[in-house]
Amino acid sequence: MTAQTLYDKLWSSHVVHEEADGTVLLYIDRHLVHEVTSPQAFEGLKLAGRKLWRVDSVVSTADHNTPTDHWDEGIKDPISRQQVETLDANIKAFGALAYFPFKDKGQGIVHVMGPEQGATLPGMTVVCGDSHTSTHGAFGALAHGIGTSEVEHVMATQTLVAKKSKNMLVRVDGKLPAGITGKDVALAIIGKIGTAGGTGYAIEFGGEAIRELSMEGRMSLCNMAIEAGARSGLVAVDQKTIDYVKGRPFAPKAEQWDAAVAYWNTLHSDDGAHFDAVVTLDAAEIQPQVTWGTSPEMVTDINGRVPDPAQESDPVKKGSIERALAYMGLQANTPINEIPVDIVFIGSCTNSRIEDLREAAAVAKGRKKAANVKQVLVVPGSGLVKAQAEQEGLDKVFVAAGFEWREPGCSMCLAMNADRLQPGERCASTSNRNFEGRQGQGGRTHLVSPAMAAAAAVAGHFVDIRAL
Amino acid sequence: MKAFTTLDGLVCPLDRANVDTDAIIPKQFLKSIKRSGFGPNLFDEWRYLDHGEPGMDNSQRPLNPDFVLNFPRYAGAQVLLARENFGCGSSREHAPWALEDQGFRVIIAPSFADIFFNNCFKNGLLPIVQPAEVVDQLFRECEANEGYTLNVDLAAQTISTPSGKVFAFDITEHRKHCLLGGLDEIGLTLKHEAEIKAFESKHRAAQPWLFA
Repeated sequence: MTAQTLYDKLWSSHVVHEEADGTVLLYIDRHLVHEVTSPQAFEGLKLAGRKLWRVDSVVSTADHNTPTDHWDEGIKDPISRQQVETLDANIKAFGALAYFPFKDKGQGIVHVMGPEQGATLPGMTVVCGDSHTSTHGAFGALAHGIGTSEVEHVMATQTLVAKKSKNMLVRVDGKLPAGITGKDVALAIIGKIGTAGGTGYAIEFGGEAIRELSMEGRMSLCNMAIEAGARSGLVAVDQKTIDYVKGRPFAPKAEQWDAAVAYWNTLHSDDGAHFDAVVTLDAAEIQPQVTWGTSPEMVTDINGRVPDPAQESDPVKKGSIERALAYMGLQANTPINEIPVDIVFIGSCTNSRIEDLREAAAVAKGRKKAANVKQVLVVPGSGLVKAQAEQEGLDKVFVAAGFEWREPGCSMCLAMNADRLQPGERCASTSNRNFEGRQGQGGRTHLVSPAMAAAAAVAGHFVDIRAL
Repeated sequence: MKAFTTLDGLVCPLDRANVDTDAIIPKQFLKSIKRSGFGPNLFDEWRYLDHGEPGMDNSQRPLNPDFVLNFPRYAGAQVLLARENFGCGSSREHAPWALEDQGFRVIIAPSFADIFFNNCFKNGLLPIVQPAEVVDQLFRECEANEGYTLNVDLAAQTISTPSGKVFAFDITEHRKHCLLGGLDEIGLTLKHEAEIKAFESKHRAAQPWLFA
């Protein structure tokens, strides 16, 4: 048998039907559903008189619109409230394996909730009407975001009409320096291949540095595969994957566990498998990353400078840099570590898991928010993350440093709820997108790791965590 | 879904790379539970001078005179000419809904983000990839000639310019078939119901832990 990549294995084990042009019907094991991209899909089912093909494939929560404070007051914005209530009603009418509604202790960002519930398992196909579904690839699952028409298609048929992507291997060789996280690796990769570098590919992340990452680090990395243009990111299954899954609510139980593990241990690329593209990075060279522009590929390291458009010969790229600097309110050649911040956001499906909060708390401990920093939001990824952080006393560390400890949700990553930047405010953010207006119209986003965000909060400007 | 066969459409050039879905339709408009009515908020932050929120009367808002969509010469455009990596970012189908609701039927760019590209086909919108030099040429011709139109023929897979130049484009047979007929994809897939069920039984036997 020919050597297969992990992606090849996951793909071929889910093909239901194949047409002559290579279009296939791909079977979907897990469908994660949230309030923003599902109402029109449920409406479509209703209009056509259709049901869910497999109720037990659906796991759902409300995350994008939910407030992160004053939960006793409910959702004040009436249209946000209507969207969340619409999800409540749709799940009630159509059913689900599990639903974690607003204020439930299991509620959280869909990409934090899935893995922590064991609803994401190795070998699965996982879809969700959200581009950051690539996160779940950290478990050796084939996971990607879909649009609302496809949400409805999966609900009605348990399949997706799909075409196979090409295989890319991104190998990070050697050991990461101390303090360098999955987030820094993700941004360094995007800086190297660009935001369209992975378009048309499924990216498998491999190499010693990736194997050394924790599951949280791998999730941060796969989460941002989409920012490199790839719908799916993947990491091979190893003992860390299996240890993480074991004992979670929806993980296989006693009699099935051994059979599942035996299968999961085959979920890696075979020796000699063919990749259409291979990119390598040297882990030792990766420094703490900070974005300076309005696309995640506009990134440098903490010791770098804002680029000078005059040095760019390509007119389209030059125009992009000029527009980005104007939007960001930055001068060419400014050292990154001299850029002051107004707001700090620690959270999102990229960086709101327990390990992320521990890293931020380690920096915040015994320090205070700088006077020029107006607000520091710490938003745990789920109710369970929040409870664990409180058990470890992390909330007290944050509050003592002058940070705000909030309720779980997507929050200021995309600013659909009340947490948002005002025009011109500059934010050190652990989220995934620095697009214009992403965190609030006119807001200026710099993407960093949780430790770097906490360091910016206490220093008042970007600073190398290794120099603290 | 609206069928797509041929189009003679006025062209609007949007000369920016990496136009993301947050720019195409900002997040505050994603709170709607409908799939129509997004057109007036297409490119909201670039198109208007004030801050847009759902429920506003968009006809009363101040337009940004420097944004290309507001130039009188591009009013009623059905073909959007764009730069590389158009539609990057989120999976929100509200982006193609907004473009379609505004009246666009074709988008031509050197490259598209995968999820956005796929979402277009579900909404009667035809995204066409052309080499960067062809896109450059179309930008030049469009900007130089007021009233510049392109003819797009899906069956023939061609784009024709007013001066008679013809460029071919690729599309999968499946997508072409669905667009030409305006077909309901769920209905098509359900013709394979027996195959899906057979696959499911085999899958359940092999990995019973996937089924609660």
